[in-house]
Amino acid sequence: MSILINKNTRLLVQGITGNEGLFHTTQMVAYGTNVVAGVTPGKGGEWALDGKIPVFDSVKLAKEATDANCSVIFVPARFAPDAMFEAADAGIPLIVCITEGVAVQDMMRVRSYLDHKGVRLIGPNCPGMLTPGESKVGIIPGNIAIPGNIGVVSRSGTLTYEVLYALKLVGMGASTCVGIGGDPINGTNFIDVLEMFEYDADTEKVVLIGEIGGTDEDKAAEYIASKMTKPVVSFIAGQTAPPGKRMGHAGAIIEGGAGTAEGKIKALKAAGVKVAKHPEEIPSLLK
Amino acid sequence: MKLHEYQSKTIFAKYGVPIPKGRVAATALEARHIAEELGGRVVIKSQVLVGGRGKAGGIKVAKNAAEAEQLAQQILSMEIKGLPVRKILVDEAAAIEKEIYFSITNDRAAKKPVMIASAAGGVDIEEVAATNPEKIIKVHIDPLLGLRDYQARDIAASINLPREYWRDFSKIAEGLWQAYRKTDATLAEINPLVITEDKRLIALDGKMLIDDNAMFRQSDLNEMRDTDEEAPAEIEARKYGLSYIKLDGNIGCMVNGAGLAMTSMDIVKLFNGEPANFLDIGGGAGADKVAAAMRIILSDSNVKAVLFNIFGGITRCDEVARGILVAMDEVKPKVPMVVRLVGTNAEEGRKLLENAKMITAETLADAAQKAVQAAQQN
Repeated sequence: MSILINKNTRLLVQGITGNEGLFHTTQMVAYGTNVVAGVTPGKGGEWALDGKIPVFDSVKLAKEATDANCSVIFVPARFAPDAMFEAADAGIPLIVCITEGVAVQDMMRVRSYLDHKGVRLIGPNCPGMLTPGESKVGIIPGNIAIPGNIGVVSRSGTLTYEVLYALKLVGMGASTCVGIGGDPINGTNFIDVLEMFEYDADTEKVVLIGEIGGTDEDKAAEYIASKMTKPVVSFIAGQTAPPGKRMGHAGAIIEGGAGTAEGKIKALKAAGVKVAKHPEEIPSLLK
Repeated sequence: MKLHEYQSKTIFAKYGVPIPKGRVAATALEARHIAEELGGRVVIKSQVLVGGRGKAGGIKVAKNAAEAEQLAQQILSMEIKGLPVRKILVDEAAAIEKEIYFSITNDRAAKKPVMIASAAGGVDIEEVAATNPEKIIKVHIDPLLGLRDYQARDIAASINLPREYWRDFSKIAEGLWQAYRKTDATLAEINPLVITEDKRLIALDGKMLIDDNAMFRQSDLNEMRDTDEEAPAEIEARKYGLSYIKLDGNIGCMVNGAGLAMTSMDIVKLFNGEPANFLDIGGGAGADKVAAAMRIILSDSNVKAVLFNIFGGITRCDEVARGILVAMDEVKPKVPMVVRLVGTNAEEGRKLLENAKMITAETLADAAQKAVQAAQQN
């Protein structure tokens, strides 16, 4: 078992004929992901990957023809909000948006709409998910992780790869790795994923990778302290980052003193979480 | 992107928020003419993109046009927090009865816009928020529905605004919401919104921040960008879609992904080095972007060594390697370089760099240590 994606995932790729879409679809298929369809408006009826994957004009048509149950989005930022609305309206229950740089007011509207529909969104600005040996949805390099019993959840992209790779080097594997993305407004937060790991029979321990800004790590700490039975190891990036550009008075009022690496580390430690000094220290803290 | 006060207030006025009469000036003589037009008593306000202008002496009241010219001259020769004053706003002086704080920003925890108001407006609003949070009213706005009339009335009532102002306040609230909504702002702030002695509500000061990700549909605003106040390297970086912040150390860092870039800085410091910059080349960077990043890093003369840490996902290591080679050919750097390539097409990338005389590293800790060592020896 695993969370969110497994060998039964029937994946649709929005933006399959673009550069990034095509490159990463090739990688996902090579990994063994069951990619059943692609969508590029205006290219319906064509085939991608040497005739292996049918391309449709809309998500609705693709869903009707292939019964896809997950969509991954590789379209440019200005078109990504529409792609998310389209997938939700077509009845796709799980949407993964890789695209970086989506406007924040667009994301607030998307998130609000998807919440009303009960659709789960991972991202945007995220590396996607990997259930080693079963399915890869997104851009996490498949060969840097092996199957195992460690659940990984992260706000970062490449920093997540570092951790998976460090685990692999000592023979530790992941049940599922979920990159929730680094944008201020995203679809799924730490607590959602921690809860899934808590109830996943194949996950024994959890790694949580956070960074400065926002209060998601503090909320995760509260959840870990009150609800989680499985051990959690963490790393918080940005411990030496200079104080960021402040968002005027309003930002300070909303976030108060929260958002620093120091504050997050303190909250996590108080919740019984072991916090690593750097990512390559994580495997030893899991032992 | 930050907007100046005069730019923010122009936008507010466009959406029906009343602002004082006034204009922006670049010389003391212009300021004098504006003061004459406005009938004498004016406020001269420095236009720089930092807070605390008043406390630094960058805002002064002039009794007449002659004094306006004199004070304008004085303020135009100032530097505030290191930024030279190039423009001043000359506004009619208002007789203030009461100051209110009023803004809209993004509440990332609630994933919604939030309207914030307080009867205790003015420069000490942050202190009010810290010591008397009950004096700050917050109302979340549904991003799909927009601000509803009753919400504006509720805010007016909650800050004990006298009823005769509710109608005007509701119009200002709607105007502020529209200004925020139509410009893709991340902050639209009026502080203070004043009640004048002649019973009017006016936005005396304004501040806006615009979402850089939305610039593709805000081309008018892009023309308002004040590049005078940005470091040349940061302007250059933005042109290529790079995220760059200059720091004081001597180890240049080029990394893909903000989290990994911050982590690389953390580890450099952990091994007693000092990063010269934060630089995230983003996802899927091509060779030209990488070459630009390298030119920007090397334009900082403090840099004694460069650390490249690339973990390929959407970014392909061979593309990064090609960019490094293009830049090396062009810039002919004299500082040692430590490179670590892992992930997508890492093998191809390493092959491309085989003859480039770079120090290679396997792990993140190894790369940071080698960079710190190289900087010390150089």
